[in-house]
Amino acid sequence: MSRLVPFFAFLLLVALFGFGIWWNTRHDQREVPSPLIDKPAPAYALPKLDDPAQTVTREAMLGKPYLINVFASWCVACGEEHPVLMSEGQRVGVPLVGYNYKDEPDEAKAWLERHGNPYGLVIADREGRTAIDFGVYGAPETFLVDAKGVIRYKRIGPLTPEVIERELKPAIAALRKEAP
Amino acid sequence: MNAVFRRALFALALALCCGALNAQAIDPLPFKDHAEETRFQQLTRELRCLVCQNENLADSNADLARDLRHQVFELMRQGKSDAQIKQYLVDRYSDFVLYDPPVQGSTLLLWFGPLAILLAGAAVVVVTVRRRSRAQAPASNQSANDSSPNDEGDDW
Repeated sequence: MSRLVPFFAFLLLVALFGFGIWWNTRHDQREVPSPLIDKPAPAYALPKLDDPAQTVTREAMLGKPYLINVFASWCVACGEEHPVLMSEGQRVGVPLVGYNYKDEPDEAKAWLERHGNPYGLVIADREGRTAIDFGVYGAPETFLVDAKGVIRYKRIGPLTPEVIERELKPAIAALRKEAP
Repeated sequence: MNAVFRRALFALALALCCGALNAQAIDPLPFKDHAEETRFQQLTRELRCLVCQNENLADSNADLARDLRHQVFELMRQGKSDAQIKQYLVDRYSDFVLYDPPVQGSTLLLWFGPLAILLAGAAVVVVTVRRRSRAQAPASNQSANDSSPNDEGDDW
């Protein structure tokens, strides 16, 4: 019987190895769960991209849920995500705010002109300072902020039609249910 | 042949050395003294770069890593302690930024798993050795004068 012990130990290791492979294919290794979920969005005061004299603050955005989509003209994955925002952005039912991250304003504007502008409002964080408060580490990222200014959901990486159906829409529907 | 090799090695060493110097020159921070610089280096080595996740903040060339280095430097200047600076980053980027994960419920296995496995292994060894010596003891008593050892009682 004890002759079989090494064999069972081997099987155990094989199972562990298989589990590791399975786990890694199901989970994005690069994805860092945000500690900001269900916490108030950080205070921000950022200029509008098309009119830098005007500043948008967290307080001014209270009262209605909205999406913040972090993008940049230099970000390749944002280009992949963009058509999805163009076609689905209007249909998710909450305003889409563009967060232009560490970008040249002129290049950002040209990029939006070339590919279309899915955002109702675009704010610009040229230095990326506020983005640190948001825990941004790679565009594109998308935050769902509720009417009270609390971050309810975060997507790291491009939004795809599947992700919108599977994650974003239920999250928005949950907000609707809460609202009186 | 040997000379060529030596020259190539010298060029490589020079390139590596200059690369290191360059990295310093690209991202200069106005440290006020050596102690501050040492503290900064120490701290950024314990923090992980979020973009290239197998690098620490001190070594990473990623844009975000540079921003975070500047942020760490600024917090140091504001008189924040190392723990406060780490907490600042953990609040934004989760425990993932720490190369030394804190001991808590979700990391118990990580911290003590290897020790548990080591102890389990030690237990197996102890049990096996005891069982063997017990199996051999009566045999060697009976055949005390027998010069050839008896292997048949061996469980392995």
